[in-house]
Amino acid sequence: MSVLEIRDLHVSVKLPDGSRKPILAGVDLTVGAGQTHAIMGPNGSGKSTLAYSIAGHPKYQITGGQVLLDGADVLAMTVDERARAGLFLAMQYPVEVPGVSVANFLRTAKTAIDGEAPKLRTWGKELTGAMTRLGMDPAFAQRNVNEGFSGGEKKRHEIVQLELLKPKVAILDETDSGLDIDALRVVSEGVNRVREQGDTGVLLITHYTRILRYVKPDFVHVFVAGRIVEEGGPELAEKLEAEGYERYLSGAGGRA
Amino acid sequence: MTATLAHSHGNRTGTPPERFTSSDPDAFEVPTGREEEWRFTPLRRLRELFTPFEPTTRITGEVSAPEGVSWAIEPLSPAGVLAPADRVSALALQRAPQSFVLRVAAGARLDDPVLVTGVASPGIGYEHMVIEVGERAQATVVVDYRGSATIAENVEILVGDGGSLELVSVQGWDADAVHLSAHAARIGRDAHLRHMAVNLGGAVVRLSPTVHFGGPGGRADLIGVAFAGPGQHLETRLYIDHDQPDCSSDVLYKNALQGDDARTVWIGDVRIRPVATGTNTFELNRNLVLTDGARADSVPNLEIETGEIVGAGHASATGRFDDEQLFYLMARGIPEAEARKLVVRGFFAELLDKVPVPELHDRLVATIEKRLAEVAGGPA
Ligand SMILES: Nc1ncnc2c1ncn2[C@@H]1O[C@H](COP(=O)(O)OP(=O)(O)OP(=O)(O)O)[C@@H](O)[C@H]1O
Ligand SMILES: [Mg+2]
Repeated sequence: MSVLEIRDLHVSVKLPDGSRKPILAGVDLTVGAGQTHAIMGPNGSGKSTLAYSIAGHPKYQITGGQVLLDGADVLAMTVDERARAGLFLAMQYPVEVPGVSVANFLRTAKTAIDGEAPKLRTWGKELTGAMTRLGMDPAFAQRNVNEGFSGGEKKRHEIVQLELLKPKVAILDETDSGLDIDALRVVSEGVNRVREQGDTGVLLITHYTRILRYVKPDFVHVFVAGRIVEEGGPELAEKLEAEGYERYLSGAGGRA
Repeated sequence: MTATLAHSHGNRTGTPPERFTSSDPDAFEVPTGREEEWRFTPLRRLRELFTPFEPTTRITGEVSAPEGVSWAIEPLSPAGVLAPADRVSALALQRAPQSFVLRVAAGARLDDPVLVTGVASPGIGYEHMVIEVGERAQATVVVDYRGSATIAENVEILVGDGGSLELVSVQGWDADAVHLSAHAARIGRDAHLRHMAVNLGGAVVRLSPTVHFGGPGGRADLIGVAFAGPGQHLETRLYIDHDQPDCSSDVLYKNALQGDDARTVWIGDVRIRPVATGTNTFELNRNLVLTDGARADSVPNLEIETGEIVGAGHASATGRFDDEQLFYLMARGIPEAEARKLVVRGFFAELLDKVPVPELHDRLVATIEKRLAEVAGGPA
């Protein structure tokens, strides 16, 4: 049973000219095993920054606070160590990697995460199974990672990875954006299958309540100007949908 | 993230269509670096090749050949296929002390590949090699160079009518070697040549494969794999002269570069003469830049002198293995060194899969991965 604790996290983005721009201004959040937390907030409020910082993207600099996975200092780990420790980030904009086939990529990732190569006998089936369940033609296994994939196909591919890698904590950054109605259901079912295994904590970043009807959150957090400004249950999402972020923005000084 | 190099058909920056050739070394000026054919090459590292010298080393080695193959070391005996296109090649063709000649008998179908392992000890030398595949014969030949020397070389390749040759030329030199080599092939009627250049070692390697056809219906596949590390200069200047009707050529060269001043140059000249109706040709050069400080030059060039062709095209693309790709792979638990391996292995796979000898394939993959690890962890 795992827990991810984010404590008073401050993060700046490194700009090309070498200066820094503060984005996260003290984030506190605890994601327990089997829990689903939704984060909603206006564009530019720092949601992806939070996700990338936890995953260890080099563009972001941690200026204060802690991130602990089962007590271990995540911020001291390299990107790959974090993934092997059990963190997973489904990216808002998955990256194209020319020259590397999906099949090769997934097998290498699985081997790295598990510490041993998957059994040849069962792996092929597991892979095609996961792809088929997410509505991805198994022929995609021979294509290069995300290269020429449509936006929706990239998102499905992220959730295929989620299912195969079975992380302790999964951060899904706008996985629902750009999906058609059927794909949204298929992807949500994928997330739910992982949740039903009972142990994975999910941090789901979204702009829309539609996905929250499929993937029921235990908690909803409102994220504005680099921090969480309100927390509640699923009903908070409905309220945001109706009212928008107006009242938080005036209070927070309207950074976004 | 792929950047496509700018080039155009009309506004030529490459080599003129009619190549100047001569067997007289003095017909070529000593290069200054301003000449089109030398402007990419680091001349100061090969000055000693521009004037005649007394050889102090030669490539020696072993030949393993199945039945149907004969070989000999003969007094210098040019086969008439190669017409020197630069001073170094002309000097080597004039002054090589001997010729290594490998012949595959007409009609022979070899059970095993011919393996030629050449080792050079330090020194400077001229080399000449002839590979002759008889009519309707089928052969695979691997020429595998190692060691440390400065070598000016000419290789003449003859594929008889209806014959087929798969030639793999491995430049597996030590880090300080300098190797300039002109490969000239004549492909007979309905004959096929697959020429594969693997450039891994050496300080400066400049390989100039040229192809022309001895009759209609010939096919040339030219493929190349190069990995340039810090300070290494690997250059390919190829020229395919479609001088017969109904021939085809297909070119695919891939270079990966890593480290400060790693450099690859690829010049791909294809000429379709008026007589060469029914020609089908395509050439592609792809470069993968793994770190800052490395540079890939790519100049494809197509001269089409008849409208009656099946197809003609060229493309060139230089891509960069960037931090976002690295992050994505690492975010899936893959360590950095492994991530680079994955990308480079994937990049070369379609070419290395064509290496006809499994042990050689494995050795090349291992060598590339070792080279890759040399600067991994260093500044990216
Ligand atoms: N290189 C950069 N230069 C300047 N500002 C940057 C840079 N990178 C990120 N930012 C800024 O950081 C802020 C937070 O961005 P982030 O992507 O975390 O927002 P978000 O909440 O995920 O938004 P969205 O809902 O649109 O995905 C934005 O204002 C963004 O412009
Ligand atoms: Mg975002």
